Amino acid sequence: MPASSPRSGDTDAAMPLIVDNVCKRFGDHVALDGVSLEARQGEFLALLGPSGSGKTTLLRVLAGLERPDQGAVTFAGEDLLAMDARARRIGMVFQHYALFRHMSVAQNIAFGLEVRPARSRPAPSEIRKRVERLLELVQLQGLGGRYPAQLSGGQRQRVALARALAIEPRMLLLDEPFGALDARVRRDLRAWLRQIHDETGLTTIFVTHDQEEAMDLADRVAILRDGRLEQVDTPDRIYDSPASAFVFSFVGEGVQLPGHVADGVLSAAGWRTPAPAGTAAGEVTVSFRGECADLLPAPADGLPARILAVSRRGGSSRVTCEIGGQTFTLEAPKTLMAPGVEARLIPRSLTLHPK
Amino acid sequence: MNARRLSAGRLALIASALIALSLIVVLPLAMVFHEALRQGAGAYVAALAEPDAWAAMRLTLLVAAISVPLNAVFGLAAAWTIAKFEFRGRSLLVTLIDLPFSISPVVSGLVWVLLFGVNGWLGPLMQELGIRVIFNITGVILATLLVTLPFVARELIPLMEQQGGDEETAAITLGAGPWTTFFRVTLPNVKWGLLYGVLLCNARAMGEFGAVSVVSGHIRGLTNTLPLHVEILYNEYDFVGAFAVATVLAGLALVTLGLKSALEWRHAGELAAVRRH
Repeated sequence: MPASSPRSGDTDAAMPLIVDNVCKRFGDHVALDGVSLEARQGEFLALLGPSGSGKTTLLRVLAGLERPDQGAVTFAGEDLLAMDARARRIGMVFQHYALFRHMSVAQNIAFGLEVRPARSRPAPSEIRKRVERLLELVQLQGLGGRYPAQLSGGQRQRVALARALAIEPRMLLLDEPFGALDARVRRDLRAWLRQIHDETGLTTIFVTHDQEEAMDLADRVAILRDGRLEQVDTPDRIYDSPASAFVFSFVGEGVQLPGHVADGVLSAAGWRTPAPAGTAAGEVTVSFRGECADLLPAPADGLPARILAVSRRGGSSRVTCEIGGQTFTLEAPKTLMAPGVEARLIPRSLTLHPK
Repeated sequence: MNARRLSAGRLALIASALIALSLIVVLPLAMVFHEALRQGAGAYVAALAEPDAWAAMRLTLLVAAISVPLNAVFGLAAAWTIAKFEFRGRSLLVTLIDLPFSISPVVSGLVWVLLFGVNGWLGPLMQELGIRVIFNITGVILATLLVTLPFVARELIPLMEQQGGDEETAAITLGAGPWTTFFRVTLPNVKWGLLYGVLLCNARAMGEFGAVSVVSGHIRGLTNTLPLHVEILYNEYDFVGAFAVATVLAGLALVTLGLKSALEWRHAGELAAVRRH
């Protein structure tokens, strides 16, 4: 099993991957705009962003499939940009797997070992042994003789992973690893992939546009937007303290309202409340999540909310209401509120982002 | 009742197709063999054993042996470039490759005369260098190359476009060099398409008449290919000779057809799998 990743420069072992100010343009389109990022040894890092945010480009830069126009990428102190893709020993799993269609599963997995120059190529018996071990790791024992066309999507995904692991990579890159799978297989594979990661201890970076997947799976999530990094943090911190209004809306549901801060007072949608300490005066975006807000009957001090619909489920109800022209649904304790009632919404904690 | 009427209509269609096919394909083919053997097997063999006929056969094989591999390599390179890269002038290149299909073979021959003939652009230069292109084997090969240029490329471009470049990219990240990637990933993925294109290219290379006729000069025993030899014999009222040589061409065509069908039948599954996956 390719459990041990070699470390050429042990001083950088704690933070082997360093991406520094990487820029990449395609014609007029700026795909990456000064991205700097670090990954710890054995970290599971998600690159999350909407399509066109540059996350796949960043992955391809790491793999050596795109050359950045500017910036540096080092791994364990070694300059990755000075190396060809084939010399980097970075395992990559492609979105549509890119399995060799004319080769069996075993031949696919063995490929990376067989194309090595004679002096570093393992003996055929050793290659066979490693292929067996990898088939076991990805739970495809006995399917080595099958061809990709005879496998299900989830099985192909596993073969692609085994093939990438066969070269004993220093780092593993996955491009939308679950993108082409149906929801059920997706959930199963997600837990399994995390398990494989923990077993191999490889620094792993995966690209996804699915925030739930990223938040569920990764140690840290890097959020990209228009080629810029918005925030790199643990899933909890990203959810609870989003660095921007964009991050807030991208990783979960909630209310976002335009507001104004002056003389230490925040006003939004006709509600005035003391602004959090240290807030600069000016136009802001007020954001808060449904679970951090209480709905009270008017008249009370809070955001004016008009109840549009209430659906009761056991002990709680889902209330849809209109606040500042937006509709918003939140869980509320069992209430007697009926549609059409004027109520007040009081955020227990809120985030302000300058406009 | 509806089904019966349909099947009657279907029967009529099949019958008319069969009749048309017999009239247009089978009957002429049978006539070739019939005419060739009209004066018995002895005359047939004698006509084939004649030195000029032998020379024409050798030249036809030589022309095919040179032009088919060259066009196979060209077709692979062109299809690879077109299918795996985006570049300016890509659609122009596709159109250019198709050009020999759309212009008359006579014109394909004539361009070489205009280029290398005594009064052609490069004619004087060629004369000075002592290189003879027109009325020579070189011209025959050049004309055949031009006419058969699209066959392999046309077969491979859609196949490679559909397959895309993902597998090659994967091979590179796994440590494979460009040649290893080509021979172990790209080529195996298109081998049946390539073979198919080569067969079609070969059939055309051996059967080409128009372009070759313009540049060959019809020098017996030297620049006459099989199709040209058939015409000469026919014009000399040597019908047995003409049809005997024609049977060789027909035989080559039948072998090609047989190989093509065998390929389609034997590898139907793999071809479909490659195209589907």
